[in-house]
Amino acid sequence: MGSATIRHHLLSVLVENKAGVLARVANLFSRRGYNIFSLAVAPTDDERFSRITICVDVESAPLEQVVKQLDKLVNVVEITELDPTEAIEAELMLITLEADRESRSQVIQLVDVFDGRIVDVSPDSLTIMLAGTPSDLDHFEDLVGPYGIAGLQRTGRVALHKLDRSRGRLHTVSGIAASSGKASIK
Amino acid sequence: MQLTGAQALIKSLETEGVEVIFGLPGGAILPVYDPILDSSIRHILVRHEQGAGHAAEGYAQVTGRPGVAMVTSGPGATNIVTPLCNAYMDSTPLVVITGQVATGSIGTDAFQECDTTGITMSATKHNWLVSSADDIPRVIREAFHVATTGRPGPVLVDLPKDVSNSMMEWYWPSEIDLPGYRPPAGGDSASIREAARLISEASRPVIYAGGGVLKSRATAALAKLVEMTGIPVVTTLMARGSFPDNHPRCLGMPGMHGNYTAVTAIQRSDLLIAIGSRFDDRVTGKVAAFAPDAKVIHIDIDPAELGKVRRAEVPIAGDCRLVLEELITVLEETARQASPASRGDNPLAQWHAEIARWQARYPLTYDRQPPDGVLKPQYVVECIRDSVDDDTILVAGVGQHQMWASQYWRFNKPNTWVNSGGLGTMGFAVPAAIGAKVAKPEATVWAIDGDGCFQMTAQELITASAEGIPVKIAILNNAYLGMVRQWQEMFYAERYSEVYLSPDLPDYVRWAEAMGCVGFRVEAPEEVSSVIEKANEIDDRPVVIDFRTDVFEKVYPMVPAGASNDDIIVDPAHGEGGA
Repeated sequence: MGSATIRHHLLSVLVENKAGVLARVANLFSRRGYNIFSLAVAPTDDERFSRITICVDVESAPLEQVVKQLDKLVNVVEITELDPTEAIEAELMLITLEADRESRSQVIQLVDVFDGRIVDVSPDSLTIMLAGTPSDLDHFEDLVGPYGIAGLQRTGRVALHKLDRSRGRLHTVSGIAASSGKASIK
Repeated sequence: MQLTGAQALIKSLETEGVEVIFGLPGGAILPVYDPILDSSIRHILVRHEQGAGHAAEGYAQVTGRPGVAMVTSGPGATNIVTPLCNAYMDSTPLVVITGQVATGSIGTDAFQECDTTGITMSATKHNWLVSSADDIPRVIREAFHVATTGRPGPVLVDLPKDVSNSMMEWYWPSEIDLPGYRPPAGGDSASIREAARLISEASRPVIYAGGGVLKSRATAALAKLVEMTGIPVVTTLMARGSFPDNHPRCLGMPGMHGNYTAVTAIQRSDLLIAIGSRFDDRVTGKVAAFAPDAKVIHIDIDPAELGKVRRAEVPIAGDCRLVLEELITVLEETARQASPASRGDNPLAQWHAEIARWQARYPLTYDRQPPDGVLKPQYVVECIRDSVDDDTILVAGVGQHQMWASQYWRFNKPNTWVNSGGLGTMGFAVPAAIGAKVAKPEATVWAIDGDGCFQMTAQELITASAEGIPVKIAILNNAYLGMVRQWQEMFYAERYSEVYLSPDLPDYVRWAEAMGCVGFRVEAPEEVSSVIEKANEIDDRPVVIDFRTDVFEKVYPMVPAGASNDDIIVDPAHGEGGA
């Protein structure tokens, strides 16, 4: 699981739940030329805030700059950086596969192996819901590709830090960011 | 007390201490223009919204207080995007109020509708679309807070017409609730002690002072640091005047058109103390070759500037004034503890002597007695400089004239220099001069402008005449877009493409007179001083002087774009192989 060379980092960004905040974050990435692999956003248990999980291409810009620039957005309350080797990442996929009488049982076997669920059925296709690590989903996608993918949607990853090693590894980007008061250690 | 949203807006601005609004009304902002009639705030009616924005910038740059501009929706808002970008680049506090179509019409492509908050998102520190009149006092309080604290910058408040027209119960928020906005104050003490240690060990230190010194009102602290340590200071284009040019430790401006000594002192330094400066490409040249032997102490209130361009050995996120004051205290303690003989009387004597040799060998220079008797632009700057006192405010546009103004003026007091640094906005000078003069009516305000720049925003001289704002504009008219012409001459094999403007189309004197100004024309060097004297005596109207200057004059020294600062090209008058 996980690719050999890590080109991405995960940022868990707590933002005020206000109109236009997502646009501000997206605009910043575009304006500064930072690449995003994926982005997931949803309200938190406190309705005043939302959490944006951003998977950043760290080859497009130094992560420290990305975090510091994000931190300057007035609506960004807190940024937590998650090292992918120290985080639990998960993603959801909906995929519609061509599965006629001949191939259907093979497809269902693969779905079982990956703990997926069949959520819709038609005579010659299946829609499957699959949750897992992003690399699980990549793997599944590769395996079922030959059967014919009629439709596919992935949510982008969300993440939490691993419990057993959370203290030492989850860190602010630098002492400088910490002195600005926003990036914080969780 | 029940107020309309429009009344609440004006009352909020009054509560924030606003004295002047630069603006131009239109449909969506109409409700707000009614209570202005009853307000103590002076409104200055500009002729183009860009002028409102730059005037507000001029006001802010000389006072340190936020400039306020107000315009209507759609084209009014888009016309003020350039000043917003300009203010964002130069960290100038601005509060811009824009009208917006009624909330029910937003998104319908209504008349004069545009996505103002979307368009200005990356040109402001923050912006707000007000959705209820009840929010107006809170948003205005937040807007001024964000514009003026931390690293200052422009903000924008977009106000739909129905919100202006609806009723609210007046209040003034006692607190600001911005959970994601906590700018740093003082710096980290351990880092400041480490900075003091590096300073005490350095043998070739240079202070690289940027605009943040002025923004944080750190000029007195900077002066004290220099008195204590003897460290020479370069002042960037945005920091001219933050340390007096007449001080023996002042080396003047570094960068692409900086003087030889300022550029070379940085290159040879073993410790660079960057204070409120951001390692702009016009200062560093080729970054990899910039100050190659220097350790870097970088003090800035914006943590994102630390390490953005050049890694600092000691990064300090904090307000420049607070950090310098603590640094001075630490240095004083260290000095008390050290044995008096430990470093001799002047540990930097050798460094000072080396710098003095560069200053003697490569002063700023130009041909003071050109064979054809042509009028040199630098001479005009020197004559104006010598005709006025140190409190005079100098404003410039962007281009060759701006560089000559920065090079040849003597800035001995802070906040006497107003120009467009980061964005390089041609046409900045005339409206910014108006804003500066409104802010400091007792000061003489001169603008050095180019003929290309002047044509972009000259219409604001109508504003100046109508409002009784007697600014003085010196056009260094070389009939060209001079800086572009210089690059085409030097880097495009003298292939001049679309840079010729003509010396007499338009006729600047008649144009000035048509706008209610006094117009003069000067063609010979011997006329310069007497006409400047006449201009200095006029204080009831704006003055425009059309100086017909040498078409071929170039700005020297010059570090070509992308080159190392070691490859500085000095004025040919210094002889071959200068550097």
